[in-house]
Amino acid sequence: MNLVEPTVDLTLAREHGLTDEEYADILRILGRSPSFSELGIFSVMWAEHCSYKSSKKYLKTLPSSGDRVLHGPGENSGVVSIGDGLAAVFKIESHNHPSFIEPVQGAATGVGGILRDVFTMGARPIASLNSLRFGPLDDPLHRHLLRGVVEGIGGYGNSVGVATVGGEVSFHDCYRGNILVNAFSVGVVEEERIFLARAGGVGNPVMYVGSKTGRDGIHGASLLASAEFDDDSDAKRPTVQVGDPFTEKCLIEACLEVMQTDAVVGIQDMGAAGLTCSSFEMASNAGTGIELDLDRVPQRESGMTPYELLLSESQERMLLVAREGREDQVREIFARWDLDAVVVGRVSDDGRMRIRWQGQGVVDIPVDPVARSSPELDRPLREPADHLERHKLDLASLPPELAPEEALLELLGTPSLGSRAWVYQQYDQLVQANTLVGPGGDAALVRVKREDGSATPKALALSVDCNPRWCWLDPYTGAQAAVAEGARNVACTGARPLALSNCLNFGNPEKPEIMWEFAEATRGMGDAARALGTPVVSGNVSFYNETSGRAVYPTPTIAMVGLLEDHRRYAVAHFQREGAPIVLLGNCREELGGSEWLAQRRGIEAGHPPSVDLEHEARLADLLVAAVAEGCVSTAHDVADGGLAIALAECCMSGDTQIGARVELADSIRLEALLFGESTGRVLVSGDDLDTLLVLAEAHGIPARRIGETGGRRLVVAPGAGPAWIDVEVDELAKQWKRAIPARLEEDT
Amino acid sequence: MLSVIQFPGSNDDRDTRFALKSVLACDAELIWHKQGELPAGTSGVVIPGGFSYGDYLRCGAMARYSPVMAAVRRFADAGGPVLGICNGFQVLCESGLLPGALIRNHHLHFVCQRVHVRVEQALAPFTSRSRAGAVLRLPIKHGEGAYFASPELLGRLEAEGRVLLRYCDADGNVSPASNPNGSLGNVAGLLNQAGNVMGLMPHPEHAVEADFGGRDGRAILGSLVDAVTGGHS
Repeated sequence: MNLVEPTVDLTLAREHGLTDEEYADILRILGRSPSFSELGIFSVMWAEHCSYKSSKKYLKTLPSSGDRVLHGPGENSGVVSIGDGLAAVFKIESHNHPSFIEPVQGAATGVGGILRDVFTMGARPIASLNSLRFGPLDDPLHRHLLRGVVEGIGGYGNSVGVATVGGEVSFHDCYRGNILVNAFSVGVVEEERIFLARAGGVGNPVMYVGSKTGRDGIHGASLLASAEFDDDSDAKRPTVQVGDPFTEKCLIEACLEVMQTDAVVGIQDMGAAGLTCSSFEMASNAGTGIELDLDRVPQRESGMTPYELLLSESQERMLLVAREGREDQVREIFARWDLDAVVVGRVSDDGRMRIRWQGQGVVDIPVDPVARSSPELDRPLREPADHLERHKLDLASLPPELAPEEALLELLGTPSLGSRAWVYQQYDQLVQANTLVGPGGDAALVRVKREDGSATPKALALSVDCNPRWCWLDPYTGAQAAVAEGARNVACTGARPLALSNCLNFGNPEKPEIMWEFAEATRGMGDAARALGTPVVSGNVSFYNETSGRAVYPTPTIAMVGLLEDHRRYAVAHFQREGAPIVLLGNCREELGGSEWLAQRRGIEAGHPPSVDLEHEARLADLLVAAVAEGCVSTAHDVADGGLAIALAECCMSGDTQIGARVELADSIRLEALLFGESTGRVLVSGDDLDTLLVLAEAHGIPARRIGETGGRRLVVAPGAGPAWIDVEVDELAKQWKRAIPARLEEDT
Repeated sequence: MLSVIQFPGSNDDRDTRFALKSVLACDAELIWHKQGELPAGTSGVVIPGGFSYGDYLRCGAMARYSPVMAAVRRFADAGGPVLGICNGFQVLCESGLLPGALIRNHHLHFVCQRVHVRVEQALAPFTSRSRAGAVLRLPIKHGEGAYFASPELLGRLEAEGRVLLRYCDADGNVSPASNPNGSLGNVAGLLNQAGNVMGLMPHPEHAVEADFGGRDGRAILGSLVDAVTGGHS
């Protein structure tokens, strides 16, 4: 077959999203004009999504090392030691653009991709979480998107056999044109069996394993994920991949099986930019080259060009470098799972990527300049013109809340604060039999088993968090708060926060205001991660979440992972028995800026987000870990969105059995701030040994006071003297809370 | 020994082995679906949950053709106990080892939640550790769990006392409100005519440890263990 390809020139390079400077760099690197396939390679490798060219400068400033960090950013996932020869492997990644265009497949393949990032390192994925953000549910498009995304996540995650144990879902007008779908997965590996993406050993065979290659997802990373949406975005639907969780399940088992042998030198999943990205990264990491023969690539359809084969983002594929002579062993294992395992090339020693197709050389380029010397930009920054305006909030002129009980009921009935059961009941939360605490609490808690199936006393605590409204008001404080909340959520189970992964969702980085938000958010995240001793070990940047010039709020999602050494003692977010004391850790301050109450009851999004005291947060986490280990706390719930009243209601409602509470608050701050303010650094706790708890709190320098007691069927919140502000049946609260999301979906059926 | 059948796409296979072996201390091994024979020492078979072959055609429709299913049928015909959980129930129906079919949940969603089921009879080998009328709390997690049968078949199953588990409320009352998936007759678990093959949609293997969903699943799995080990009955 004769290869007829377009002639490459600057115009074609621009159509591929490359700048004039980048094209000049390509000419310099090659010393000639690139072939069409080579142009395709440069365009995907240097696209924002793969190259991080706009974000690199800031990502470098994040803390990424620590005693427990075995592998940080740069690998497929972060790897953190959890002791006894075991490590947790985890990452969060966005699949925003595809999910907006095609919600079921977009979300499904987001799950598939993040799972591959985990098991490619030798780890069995044990749990997934997700962070989802939609426009308001009064918009039929967003009801459709919510249904589709949840179906996609469930359809893939349930079938592949990895429990979905938690996450967050929120709704805001800023996501009307761009939803966010961030998928997180964590796996467990024996430290001595960690695999890296290295094409080591000259002469070793390069093997292609998994699904066949088709024409799906070509330019997903470059054209879809690295540009804004506009009115023609529907035309990009063919760039969305199609997921096959059954093949992924078989691929997981086959890969983990082959990794138990010593036949594998290195392995990498074919994710964004497919075969191209995986082969370049593997060669670059090992300082080698690769020779590939595209005719051997298993193909789903006929007549595919080298350009298509190299850029396809067909799912459920891996590239594996085996030890020479062990090809048959690898083939046998994959054949048992009815999967292809084909030698498609060899590792070479000249640092070049040479790719042949039907006897012709179609690519011959040096590896490192493509993989490593990708451009690093220092984009201009500018504080948004209205930034200071956003902070203006005159509390004195704000009409007081005259109906606190009505406010509580209204807030619980909003999609932002209502029960997420409609979402998570569509996910298998139990498979692998490790789920101690599933969705609906502050953090999920999953037991750690070894690959031989034996249980350990350890459990991992997992949480994903971000308050985008706070990040919009003040990206520095908002990002700090996201890290602090993640650590607090994890510590509420009794687990020690270990490390985090981030998913940075922003608008168009070519706009100085967006880059300023990004710079501020990463600065806040770095400061908080350092202060809390939770390094950033993996992550992903998603720019261009912008449609027709309107960007999403800055949304730096934080996925925090903590370690509970002995899961026989842990805390949950709901009250567990009647007659137990309720203690509030931390202080209530007169902070209403950026609160749910302000947005829902007064229609205002303004003010300073609550301040963050990182030293306090670090001590608070230490206290919670100590108190749960001592056995004096069995309920711990973070006071977050909606404030203290919402947190109390959640403690009453979210267990299997509803339990009421009577609480007295005598703080001399205004009532809205006391009941609905969102001051950080606060946790509601309950347990059997109040004295020990108060001693521990004092030793940790954390304000702690008994505010009430559990019991009865009502939630009563009252001042020290005078009539109660809130006095309502827990069941009435629960009804309102449970209906929040289903009630808004019913009108379609 | 209990043989836990492993199809490609099974995903509660390791959990079932863990529950039987590590928690209930009964010898249990995974048996690959391409094996044409069960291991010699097999005294019971469990077909676990999951998505065999991705359930892309119809749940369990491909798995019934796996070589191991011929061996499972011979084992069942000889009177050996066979328990199918969730996808395993679907495989047993597709194989004709149990009557009727499991169709899409009436609300069209996959559903993962803990439900109550009422034990209709305490019978070896699957419910001997329980008692008639007992209410168990077990998780379900399926998209296609609505039991369906013709009125004649359903009448016969009821008359022969072959409905072993029924969805109910916490107090054991059976009503449409306590039916999580639209199953006819609130059927959650079913016996074959000989009484040695059972299918159920709830997952007893996910309810064997107090902190991991409670221990009510032992009423089912423990009964099977008793039956194959000659333990307390």
